[in-house]
Amino acid sequence: MPGKIAAVFGNMVTVELEQEVTQNSVAYCCRADGRRLISEVIRVRGSQADLQVFEETRGLRIGDRVEFTDEMLSVVLGPGLLGQVYDGLQNPLSKVALQEGYFLTEGVYVHALPTDIEWDFTPAVEVGQEVTAGDTLGTVPEGIITHQIMVPFHLRKKLTVEKIAPAGKYTVEKEIAVLKDESGQEISVTMEQRWPVKVPLNISEERLLPTEPLVTKIRIIDTMFPIVKGGTYCIPGPFGAGKTVLQQLTSRHADVDIVIVAACGERAGEVVETLRRFPELIDPRTGKTLMDRTIIVCNTSAMPVAAREASVYTAVTLAEYYRQMALDVLLLADSTSRWAQAMREVSGRLEEIPGEEAFPAYLESRIAGFYERAGVVRLKDGRIGSVTIGGTVSPAGGNFEEPVTQGTLKVVGAFHGLSRERSNARRYPSIDPLDSWSKYTGIIEPKKVAEVHNILRRGNDVKQMMTVVGEEGTPIEDFTIYLKSEFFDNVYLQQNAFDEVDGATEADRQRFVFDKCLEIIRLDFEFESKDQARQVMFYITDLFRNWNYAPMDSDEFKKILAEIDEIIATKGKLVKEALVK
Amino acid sequence: MRKFFDDITAITGNVVKVRATGVAYDELAAITTNRQTSLAQVIRLEGDEVSLQVFAGTQGVSTGDKVRFFGKPMQVPFTENLMGRIFDGAGRPRDGKPEITDDPIPIGTPPINPTRRLLPSKMVRTGIPMIDVFNSLVESQKLPIFSVPGEPYNELLARIGLQAESDVIILGGMGMRHDDYLTFRNAFEAGGVLGRTIMFIHTASEPVVECLMVPDLCTTVGESFALQGKRVLVLLTDMTAFADALKEIAIIMEQIPSNRGYPGDLYTQLARRYEKAVDLDGAGSMTILAVTTMPGDDVTHPVPDNTGYITEGQFYLRGGWIEPFGSLSRLKQQVNDKTRDDHRAIMDACIQLYAGARESREKKAMGFEPSQWDLKLLKYGELFEKRIMDLAVNIPLEKALDECWEILAECFEPHETGIRRAIIEKHWPKKLNDKSQQSQTVTTDAKD
Ligand SMILES: Nc1ncnc2c1ncn2[C@@H]1O[C@H](COP(=O)(O)OP(=O)(O)O)[C@@H](O)[C@H]1O
Ligand SMILES: [Mg+2]
Repeated sequence: MPGKIAAVFGNMVTVELEQEVTQNSVAYCCRADGRRLISEVIRVRGSQADLQVFEETRGLRIGDRVEFTDEMLSVVLGPGLLGQVYDGLQNPLSKVALQEGYFLTEGVYVHALPTDIEWDFTPAVEVGQEVTAGDTLGTVPEGIITHQIMVPFHLRKKLTVEKIAPAGKYTVEKEIAVLKDESGQEISVTMEQRWPVKVPLNISEERLLPTEPLVTKIRIIDTMFPIVKGGTYCIPGPFGAGKTVLQQLTSRHADVDIVIVAACGERAGEVVETLRRFPELIDPRTGKTLMDRTIIVCNTSAMPVAAREASVYTAVTLAEYYRQMALDVLLLADSTSRWAQAMREVSGRLEEIPGEEAFPAYLESRIAGFYERAGVVRLKDGRIGSVTIGGTVSPAGGNFEEPVTQGTLKVVGAFHGLSRERSNARRYPSIDPLDSWSKYTGIIEPKKVAEVHNILRRGNDVKQMMTVVGEEGTPIEDFTIYLKSEFFDNVYLQQNAFDEVDGATEADRQRFVFDKCLEIIRLDFEFESKDQARQVMFYITDLFRNWNYAPMDSDEFKKILAEIDEIIATKGKLVKEALVK
Repeated sequence: MRKFFDDITAITGNVVKVRATGVAYDELAAITTNRQTSLAQVIRLEGDEVSLQVFAGTQGVSTGDKVRFFGKPMQVPFTENLMGRIFDGAGRPRDGKPEITDDPIPIGTPPINPTRRLLPSKMVRTGIPMIDVFNSLVESQKLPIFSVPGEPYNELLARIGLQAESDVIILGGMGMRHDDYLTFRNAFEAGGVLGRTIMFIHTASEPVVECLMVPDLCTTVGESFALQGKRVLVLLTDMTAFADALKEIAIIMEQIPSNRGYPGDLYTQLARRYEKAVDLDGAGSMTILAVTTMPGDDVTHPVPDNTGYITEGQFYLRGGWIEPFGSLSRLKQQVNDKTRDDHRAIMDACIQLYAGARESREKKAMGFEPSQWDLKLLKYGELFEKRIMDLAVNIPLEKALDECWEILAECFEPHETGIRRAIIEKHWPKKLNDKSQQSQTVTTDAKD
């Protein structure tokens, strides 16, 4: 017996129950015109259940029928996920568009995987073999990767292979194996399986400490505030500071196998940028397009709020699935604040006791639970896979002293704080080099990083002092430190995202250029006046900046390098002389 | 399907509760008092109790008044006949001409499928260098003007609106003063666009709730024209009035406020309207320009703050000009690589140097002796403000770029600008450069 709608308020529906229900199970609100709106049970009290509806509730009436299922909100896993653009509930948007045209009509649900593609299956087990959850039954090539078809993850008991399909072409819905459990029951297995999005998916021997640097080719990140495979990091910043651009750059250049972009409650236009550009950009790692290694999960700000909450879980589950294949997966969530706000909206309608800024009291534990799903694991066969999570945070008023930023900072391994001051001055990427931190070790020796960090800090102190005592009251030694910190900021920390060469710096080049910068920083130029010091440092800054635009090992690169070396060898003698003229 | 109910159980603020059955969420209703009939919208259903947000307010509503439900959500007619017409916030004619009832469509359509959107690619030229050079406006962009009350924001909105090429202009006024309405009318008349303009005007003297419908009316009509292949420009002023109306309803509904009394879903509510801006694959486009007045010039106030997180940048109007800091067009990079090869370099360099000029100005104000470098920056700052930032400047992009080069050359040595060599070699004003070298030789000669 289904239930009946007793109340509607925003995306919350209260249902008068006529049967048992399971918390977090999926239900459908049946609108008078026949549309069924997918919902989730989020509270049960007595004979009533509260549902959050993942669609607009317009048109629902008191007394409308509600049908319940036993399944929790789940995603479909199998070959064909790569390159897809999904909404927060894993509806493939291109297919939806074919069916519905321009609009995302309510109550339209489409199978997440292409059901017409025949995949080239190669079995990996034999009849009689013992297997269990996560073991590979066979493989199919999925674009750039070898996709493992695994024993369904919920089958945690010992199983025996009763039947295995011979090599050949199969669609995801075709049976490829039959497994028998200890009680003799037979289980039919296809290439697709389902998994509830709010339950972490991790079938492995052990979790390892994440240590291998994840190279983003963004210098300030890789050198100063590194991230690692299996680690977590966050990018808080006021609007317009560059969070999304930073994530877009990372999604392009990051040295990982698969990137999952979770566009959560932000602009549709930003998703369009990725989905229109990626199919044309070649990934140097694979020679295929970037789209071939990317999955977009988008629930943009105009799409229903409850589905926004679900979308980050959908995305992280897809990431975990590919980790089970020993791949390195990067999940970029933009913005986790919108996800938190979706929780706040639901919590408000449930009339729960609010915490700070009306966020629910469980906000922090939800944030922690989400980032906890990142990690490096050693799989049962000894191979290693990882999920790295990077989330942007959009604090109200750009003030980091707010619940989502604070809750996130407690659990992540690196903090890339964007500053309004830097973005206003077009110092991109606007990661604040003094506020930000990382607990990980990157591609440059920590001692050297600490040395420039120190220069940056002292340079900033001098700058502050100068606002009090003026330039004339500043000793030339201090002034030089300030100039050197500005030099490093200008030529190394800042990076022109729109330049073919400067936009992405390989690890090798970073090490090389960093060492040259350090030589300049360590050099005693024996300046005679502040004006001379400024002029010389300007000149060197200009030189390095042009160096950044030259492809590594090009003639231009070598030419500028020779000039830099000459400056270092002579303490800038020629520059000084040229400037006098 | 008409139904009457008259068991009104509560009247608070602009919300009325009535016992009724068979009512759908978000449905439209009419409530008739002995003075007038007002439209109302269903905002909550609880058993047989229906909460209605009454557009005209609840003044004069009595417990015996009749409520009629329409069995459908709020609608707006969609026809070519809308052109040249003026309506109020409830969609009634306010120009004395007959009501239009053709082809009604429900307002607040579902979101557009992202895969059917195009990458914005057409620059809108405004003749304002602070926009064209530094923050290019792009067709289908959603962009607010953040303004301190008292700035000429409506004039700027009208000016940009007239410069932009469009097939249809839709003006949405919220809490508008009659003078402002006339400003737009006159500007549109002078620009000869009145015949393809549609206005939905809610004035400050009308019930607050009535302004809540204005953005939806505008974008629903606009979207329908865009689907027909038209290029639509929607102008909204003032979105802060819209947000304040949302706040009022939320408080009456006893929702827990999240920030300075505004409801937790302010972001979502604003985003649902702004996200209607679109360049449709295989059809037209809709660009949305809006005014957001900032109470107390505070950009962290929840309305500008949430807006900034939603829109594709903002023009920050202050002290009579568009501020270089804080102003942003997030779509500029989609177009400014196709204009001229020095566009991006000028854009970055001029602003970085202007930031320096402001710092030097501060130093000077504090009484410090300016260095050689400070003096250069100070000179630059002055020239830049006079010849580029001033809103009276009205020149095409290419002219503005040339002007920027002139100013740079008057103030700096090429390597001091931070512009890469290849671009400098191509664009650094030749004559001026020669002249400065000449004058240098002259002075050395004189010393000798
Ligand atoms: N690394 C960068 N290089 C150049 N411009 C940038 C960079 N990062 C951001 N910007 C500029 O700032 C704008 C806003 O950046 P975005 O990432 O969308 O901000 P956020 O997501 O923090 O609101 C971009 O549209 C671009 O014009
Ligand atoms: Mg962003």
